[in-house]
Amino acid sequence: MSELSRRTVLKGSTALAVAGMIGTRAYAQDIDELVIAYNVNLPSWDPTVGLSAVNPTLQAIYQSVFDQFILQQPDLSPAPGLVTEWGWNDDKSQIWMKVREGVTWHDGSPFTAEDVAWSLTRAGDEATGNPIQFIWSTIGNVKAEGNMVTADVVRFEPTIFKWMYFLTGYVLPKAYYEKVGPEGFEAAPIGTGPYMVDKFERNAFVRLKANPNYWGGKPEFETVTIKFVTDAASRVAEIESGNAHVTIEMPYEEYDRLKGNANIEGTSAPISDIGMIFLNDVEPMLDENVRKAAALAIDKKLIIDRLLSGYGVAIDTLQTPDYIAYDPSITVGYDPEKAKELLAASGFSPDNPVKFKIQTTRGFKPKDYEIIQAIVGLWRKVGIEAEIEVYEIAKHFELRAADTLAPAAFYNWGNSVGDPTTSTGFAMFGPSPHSVWDGEDLVDMIGPLWGEADEEKRIQGWKDVDRYIAENALVIPLLQYVQPILHSSAVKVTPHASGALLPHLMKRS
Amino acid sequence: MMAITLFGAAVIVFVVIRIVPGNPIAMMLPPGATDEDIARLTAHYGLDKSIPEQFVVWLTGVLQGDFGTSISLRQPVMPLVLGRLPATLELSIFALVLAVIIGGAMALTGTRFRGGRTEAVIDVANGAGLSIPDFLWALVLILTLGVLYPVFHISGRISPSLDLPFTTQFYAFESILRLRFDLWWDLLKHMFMPALALAIPLAAIIGQLLKQSLKETMHLDYVVLARTKGYGENHVILFEALRNAVLPTLTLIGVQFTFLIGGTVIIERLFSYEGLGNMAIDAVINRDLPLIQGIVLVFALLFTVVNLVVDLTYALLNPRLRHA
Repeated sequence: MSELSRRTVLKGSTALAVAGMIGTRAYAQDIDELVIAYNVNLPSWDPTVGLSAVNPTLQAIYQSVFDQFILQQPDLSPAPGLVTEWGWNDDKSQIWMKVREGVTWHDGSPFTAEDVAWSLTRAGDEATGNPIQFIWSTIGNVKAEGNMVTADVVRFEPTIFKWMYFLTGYVLPKAYYEKVGPEGFEAAPIGTGPYMVDKFERNAFVRLKANPNYWGGKPEFETVTIKFVTDAASRVAEIESGNAHVTIEMPYEEYDRLKGNANIEGTSAPISDIGMIFLNDVEPMLDENVRKAAALAIDKKLIIDRLLSGYGVAIDTLQTPDYIAYDPSITVGYDPEKAKELLAASGFSPDNPVKFKIQTTRGFKPKDYEIIQAIVGLWRKVGIEAEIEVYEIAKHFELRAADTLAPAAFYNWGNSVGDPTTSTGFAMFGPSPHSVWDGEDLVDMIGPLWGEADEEKRIQGWKDVDRYIAENALVIPLLQYVQPILHSSAVKVTPHASGALLPHLMKRS
Repeated sequence: MMAITLFGAAVIVFVVIRIVPGNPIAMMLPPGATDEDIARLTAHYGLDKSIPEQFVVWLTGVLQGDFGTSISLRQPVMPLVLGRLPATLELSIFALVLAVIIGGAMALTGTRFRGGRTEAVIDVANGAGLSIPDFLWALVLILTLGVLYPVFHISGRISPSLDLPFTTQFYAFESILRLRFDLWWDLLKHMFMPALALAIPLAAIIGQLLKQSLKETMHLDYVVLARTKGYGENHVILFEALRNAVLPTLTLIGVQFTFLIGGTVIIERLFSYEGLGNMAIDAVINRDLPLIQGIVLVFALLFTVVNLVVDLTYALLNPRLRHA
């Protein structure tokens, strides 16, 4: 009896294992359905309102279903999208846009210039809750006529067309939205994008079907399932087991370990996210020698090589090399001896260090806490004794909005539009709730640039601001992040510099 | 009593989540927000009022069935929470069943072969189960049964490619009622690893306590009498000793089950299981105050109901209490 039972158990276990293996490995053998293990949940389908509308990581899902006014290419440059041509009139009192013809919504109804005009008007309406309303409200009296859309300039905003391929810059279906309302749209969203929503289980997955009428051509994969796998270890396991074909955002060590495995490849490219240390205009940061010494004592290359396995690009301004106002001539460099001299001039030394607190998240960005630990170690050698305080990202936002961050605070900044207003501008302009340094000199320099109509002059102005910031060490830029993507060798992934993992850019190898 | 417990839990959570650092308004501020924008948003979510005032507004809403609107999901809280609760309940109940089976089997086997090598092996296994927390078991299971020998699914509750005929969120129960064993099998393949990770520590506790109780019972007169009547050892353990020995274990299971439900928060996150625990973590990260309150209230209600059920069951099984 006992022998029979043991045999039965063994047989059962083997059958279970084989059945299970067949069941799950099938994903890797046949890519009729592309499976992506994604790192965040999608809370809401309306890409123009609420918290999720300004979450950069969610934009890839939104851009799979909805089109933006203007298309953004993988190198961040704009290209004709639903709006094919755009510009200002001569005195810049109006903007105009030419709308693509022959496009249909996912329900088959025709897309028109009315949809563009309605989407712009809605975005600028304070009552709808668009978090970027302050930009969209700089235009008004939006009108559609034929395939042209015009709007009056209420306040000149040089970046208005850049926002048309940035956060909340999406075209939604006027007639459908008005018919079904916000709840109906949330339940069954439609767009003009490359994929249509087939099935959505909140916190679990979204299944997308290729839009056969997509104006940019039908995507390669007929069905795409995006599984929300928020834990990095689980995402790695998903790709390693063959349950998913593509995944992003895993520890670089895991990326290096797996990218050479059979059937798994790695694609890594710099994206528009940067890591930086905010400096607050409180003691001891009011002493320029302390600020400059803190900046000069950091060996960014060493940190990137040792802690991030080389996956990062050292930066000295808040512009990455892909941004329009990037100026390679602005450098800060690593000079610990100079840092010691500066500190000595203010009466500090390794034996009598200047003391302050530095705040950081832990695990919010790759090796954030370890990077700050390394920096504190480098600072100690020149005469800076920094005490690390770990906080949650929610606390960072609260302290930053209240302008009560510690003298130094690590943070990351995303700017997929690549314009200096959305990097240096919002991060360093005193009145902005996201700014930490409030010096009047900087406010005076930045102020006129917001409405500068001459593009060349505007960009040069921001470069001058960046130079001033670097020379006075008003912030410490550290690195541009590199996004690791692991994927099946049967899939070819095109990385997007914004960090958006776009399924319609994926092909069969 | 239950109402007082729930009220107490509601007050504590309401106050605590408002005094810990981080507020939802700061997280949703656009780059160009002005002081007026901040004030408008703060007033819109009622956060400009004092904490007692906010509590009164919230409690008034709750008494009328309105638990508020989630800040991050922009939907009414209670349908969201109740939509997720069945997934967590199914996972917890399955984990409990696994724990009872594994723990019970270990206790019975250890008692049957007491004093020998088998009992020593079971004691070591019990020790490992007790000393390693559930989230570490989860990682071990992911690596072994998810990656090395991919028998079970690593994430989710059910395969996205399946069409679901369900009318309730109790997928596992409904799939059995509808005789859709294909769906049930898929659900099981998703649920097994998270349930086992939750079950192992509880199984170890059950195994240890039940074995101890059994060993003590085995020396009692009525058990000795049964043996002298000629009953075999298996019969004595299963039909004579177990009934009395199981009572302390039952009480413990009730208490530990509430801990097991609490453990779903981390486990659901690791396995991307679409339950209440996974939603709770998102709510905390986003400082979604109405959603956190709703989830905690439902968890508190669940805990009190479980305790009540355990008390009633214990009274049912223990004649001394029943007639007291």
